[in-house]
Amino acid sequence: MLHTVLIILGVGILAGIFGAILGIGGGIILTPVLTLGFGLDIKYAIGASIISVIATSSGATIAYVKDDLLNLRVAMFLEIATTVGAIIGALLVGVVHPNFLYVLFGSLLLFSSWNMYRKLRQGQEVLHKVKPDRLAQKLRLNSSYYDKNKKQQVPYQVENIPGGFSVMFGAGLASGMLGIGSGPFKVMAMDTFMKMPLKPSSATSNLMMGVTAAASATVYFFNGSILPQIAAPLAIGVLVGATLGTRIMPHLPSKWIRIIFIPLLLYLGGQMIFKGFGVTF
Amino acid sequence: MRPDDKQQTQQEMAKVEQIIGVILQIGVIVSAIIICCGLLLLLVTGKSGYSSNHFPTHFGLIFQGIAQLKPFAIIMLGLFGLILTPVLRVVVSIYAFIKEHDQLYVLITTAVLLILILGMVLGYLNIWP
Repeated sequence: MLHTVLIILGVGILAGIFGAILGIGGGIILTPVLTLGFGLDIKYAIGASIISVIATSSGATIAYVKDDLLNLRVAMFLEIATTVGAIIGALLVGVVHPNFLYVLFGSLLLFSSWNMYRKLRQGQEVLHKVKPDRLAQKLRLNSSYYDKNKKQQVPYQVENIPGGFSVMFGAGLASGMLGIGSGPFKVMAMDTFMKMPLKPSSATSNLMMGVTAAASATVYFFNGSILPQIAAPLAIGVLVGATLGTRIMPHLPSKWIRIIFIPLLLYLGGQMIFKGFGVTF
Repeated sequence: MRPDDKQQTQQEMAKVEQIIGVILQIGVIVSAIIICCGLLLLLVTGKSGYSSNHFPTHFGLIFQGIAQLKPFAIIMLGLFGLILTPVLRVVVSIYAFIKEHDQLYVLITTAVLLILILGMVLGYLNIWP
C-alpha cells in the first residue's frame, strides 16, 4: 500500500502541473489514469477525483478574487442548479452500470479535445450585444469587470437566464456523475448561453466548481466511495502540482503543449469508450 | 440608491470577497496539513489502523480513530475538512449579502446551503440500493 500511496502522489503532482498548464481541471485526466492505468473501480476513481477538483478550485479562487472578475450573484444563483444536478449525479453513480460511466467519460474526453482545439483557434474577446433582460435585472445579475488590457471597467449584461440555468444543471449532473469540475460546461452556460464575457465567466466558473464538487463529494464521502489511501495522496499531489504548474506556466509554450495533448485526450477517450463496451486490448 | 452608496457597497463587497478568499486558503491549508499528518503517519508506521480495506466514514468512528492516532481516521478528517471549505464559502457569502441588505440573495445563497446540507444527509443515510 505504501508503494501505491507514493505512486498516486506522483500521479497527482503530474495531473496538477498539466491541469494548470492546459487550463483544465485535473479530474478529466485523473479518472482515465486511475481506471485504465491502475485498474481502480471507476466509482473510487470518481470519488478521489472529485476531492482533487475541490483542492484545485479552492486553491485557485484567491487569484481570481484579486482580479475583481468574479460575479458572486451569478455564481450563487446558478449554484442552485449545479448543486442539485451534482447530488442527483452522485446518487445515479450507484444505480447505473459502470460501463455506462466509461462510455460517458470517454465521450466527455472526446468533447474536451474538440473544445481544446476550438480554444486554440479562438481570437480576441468580443463583447456580445445583449438585449436588456427583465429576469437579469430582477436578479441583479448584470455587473462589470476590470479589463487589464484595456485598463478600464467594462460593464456587461446577461440574458437567457433559463437557458444558462438548464445547462448549469447538466454541468452539475456531469460533475457529480463523473467526478469532474465540468468547467468548460459552466463557462459555456455563461459565455455562450447567457452572453457573459469570457473572463468573468471563467472566474465565476472556477468558484462554482468547488461548491458543485462539495455537493457530490459529501454524498461520496459518507457512502464510502472516497478511499483515503487514494484520495489523500492525490489531493496533496494535485495541490502541489497545480502550484508548480502556475509558476512554470508563463515560461512554457502552452500552445504547443495543447497541440500535443489533443491527440492524447482523443486516445484516452477512445480507450474509455472501448472499455465501456467491453473491448480490451 | 445614490452613487455614493453604490460605490461604498462595491468597496465593501470587494473587501468581503477578499476575506472569503483568505478563509478558503486557510481552510485548504489546514485540511492539507491534517491530510499530510495522516499520510506521514501511514508511511512511517506502515499501518492504516484498520483491518484490510476498511476505513471510517462516520464521525463517531473517525473521532474514535483519531483518539487512537489511526492514520486513516486522521486522513478522513482532513478530506472532510477539504470538502467543507467551499461550503464555508457559501456560509460567508450569506453573511456578505446580509451586510449588503440584499434579501433576495440572502435567500438564494441560503437555498444553496440547504441543498448542500441535503446532499450530506442523503450521503449519510446512504440511500444507494
